[in-house]
Amino acid sequence: MSPLEFNILSIALFCIGIVGVISRRNIFVIYMSVELMLNAINLILAAFSKTNGNMNASAIALLMMAVIAAEAGVFLAIIMQLYRNKKSIDSNDHTSLSQKEFS
Amino acid sequence: MSKLLFWIIFIPFLSSFFLRITALFDTKKRVGEKFYSLFAIFASAISAVLSLVTAFYNDTVLKETLFNWISVGILNIEFSLVLDRLSTVMILFITFIGTLIHIYAAGYMKGERRFGEFFAYFNFFMGSMLLLVLAASPVIMFIGWELVGLASFLLIGFYFEDPLNMKAANKAFILNRVGDFGFITALAILFVSLGGGIFSFEEIKSHIELIDRATLTLIGFLLFVGAMGKSAQIPLYVWLPDAMAGPTPVSALIHAATMVTAGVYMVARFSFLYKLTPLAGEFIALVGIFSALLAAVIASYQDDIKKILAYSTMSQLGYMFAAAGLGAYSSAIFHVFTHAFFKALLFMGAGAVIIALHHEQNIFKMGGLKERLKIVYITMMTATFAICGIPPFAGFFSKDAIISASFAKGDYLVWMIAVFTAMLTAYYMFRMMFIVFFKESKHKNLKSLPKSMIYPLIVLAFGSATAGFLGVPKAFGGNETFLEFLMLPDIKYHLSFSLEYMLTLLNLIVVSMGIYTAYLFHIKEINNPLNSTIFAKWAKNKFYIDELYEKVFVSSLRYLSLFSDRVVDQKIFDGIIFKSVNGYRYAAKVAALLNNGNVRFYALYIMIGVSAISIAILAGGK
Repeated sequence: MSPLEFNILSIALFCIGIVGVISRRNIFVIYMSVELMLNAINLILAAFSKTNGNMNASAIALLMMAVIAAEAGVFLAIIMQLYRNKKSIDSNDHTSLSQKEFS
Repeated sequence: MSKLLFWIIFIPFLSSFFLRITALFDTKKRVGEKFYSLFAIFASAISAVLSLVTAFYNDTVLKETLFNWISVGILNIEFSLVLDRLSTVMILFITFIGTLIHIYAAGYMKGERRFGEFFAYFNFFMGSMLLLVLAASPVIMFIGWELVGLASFLLIGFYFEDPLNMKAANKAFILNRVGDFGFITALAILFVSLGGGIFSFEEIKSHIELIDRATLTLIGFLLFVGAMGKSAQIPLYVWLPDAMAGPTPVSALIHAATMVTAGVYMVARFSFLYKLTPLAGEFIALVGIFSALLAAVIASYQDDIKKILAYSTMSQLGYMFAAAGLGAYSSAIFHVFTHAFFKALLFMGAGAVIIALHHEQNIFKMGGLKERLKIVYITMMTATFAICGIPPFAGFFSKDAIISASFAKGDYLVWMIAVFTAMLTAYYMFRMMFIVFFKESKHKNLKSLPKSMIYPLIVLAFGSATAGFLGVPKAFGGNETFLEFLMLPDIKYHLSFSLEYMLTLLNLIVVSMGIYTAYLFHIKEINNPLNSTIFAKWAKNKFYIDELYEKVFVSSLRYLSLFSDRVVDQKIFDGIIFKSVNGYRYAAKVAALLNNGNVRFYALYIMIGVSAISIAILAGGK
């Protein structure tokens, strides 16, 4: 496969992730979309590494995987807490950042 | 002996301050009335004694410079006091009569709630007037002028619980402000046209030739506007009758010793200026004599004893201005001097009657007091003789001097009105006396009067009877001591003695006609043919001048305020500002929509931001 195809694939994955984060209300789906975006970035890094012929970008991608794993733990814990607060995993129910709730 | 003039002024002020502070902290009434009244009387008596001493030991001009007050560029004002012949006369009678009124007030105000405060203001009033009189510079005089206005405001509105009294006090203050505007404008023009230097009466007098006549006339007019306000002349007189809202000793003080004489004094003080401006003088004489006539006519139809006396003061002040306008400054001051005695006496007598009848002021509800208030009757009768100009009482000589001066000047209009007003004066004064003291009694039990209210009456009655002998004209074998003593730049006229006798005789005939008319209408009770006409109705309602002012000035100002409030402010300025405020508000609402608390949207914004920055970097890189 040529680098261009890798690029198109990872951009497509990233856009699917964005649309998932923005349009879906289920927090789990949002989480999965975020993961999708991160993996799109990983994919493109790996593709760059292959194209350029050195391992710099691949090293970053490996580090990111470790970070993503740690982040998954935190994210799932947050989702648990959100569910406990409002008994809901609909993101529209969690709007306490809005100024309406302060006033 | 140094700084005597300063102490004359300072003692009343000091005592006033002390009394006010004491009254302020004495909320539980532990300090007795005696303390306040004695303290105030004592302060004013010291001032009187000091004045007497200075007057005796000073035969020329005594000048005291206390400090250099303002010295900025060409503006140079020293805080200095001057005692010349004119101010000697003024301080003598101000302190003397002021002290008597203090004594009287101690009796009159007995049992009043704010006794101490009253005496504090009383001393303050006297101190301000003394400052006005002794000032060596017009600016210092203006300070005294304003303080007198303030003191009158405080005292007229002394019973401030009643909004009507407060209205009267405000009226006095505001009308005086109108006059003050004229005064201070005149001072400014005077200063500019003199081109700086030390701004004192002495310096102005020696440099008066520098100013051209037109400017001098303007200055004269404007100064007289100030005098109109303070001395209650047409058109700024309406505050004086309303000023009766204050306690009677206040009226006595305002009308005799302080306040209203300030205008006449000021004209006499600027006599060196008015001497050069016959046009302004003529104007003053006309305003004065028409005020005298108007006030006398209104006084003939009033029911309130204090209002009658108030209008009579205005009428007598009109005489003084007529004299001052014609150039007979010393006659004007002579009339101020005699008037102080009999007007103080009349007001104090009226106050005694009012107290005896349990605060009754309508003369038609009085009557038959001749036997029962014998001393008040005799003393008030003396004052009435004096004000009507019956020889040999005080008013005869001073008023005669004015009337013959107007005749000698050849100003026959002024002279005729002056003679006619003399008749009206006799009529309204005797009308009041007949109604109050003669006729049948209407009151059973009179309140007894304290001694402190009676003795000053006797002293003043003596003064009213004899003060005139100080200035017996040459035609009657005197040598016009008083008029010569003042050393004012009078415009001299010469009348033959026989002409002067004839004028005096005419005056006496006219005055007796006035008295006889009063006798016919109010003792014999013949119906006054004028009573049913529209004229009587108009005079009773003071010619609707108050209503006219209300309509013309007060209403128009009120509508202007309403216009600027409702239209200019609310519609135009607020309109524009609120429009832009609304713009911000709508913008804020749109911005608030973005901030909906939903994390998904925040992610979108981040994405948009990152994309925008990326695009900018990519585009900039090329």
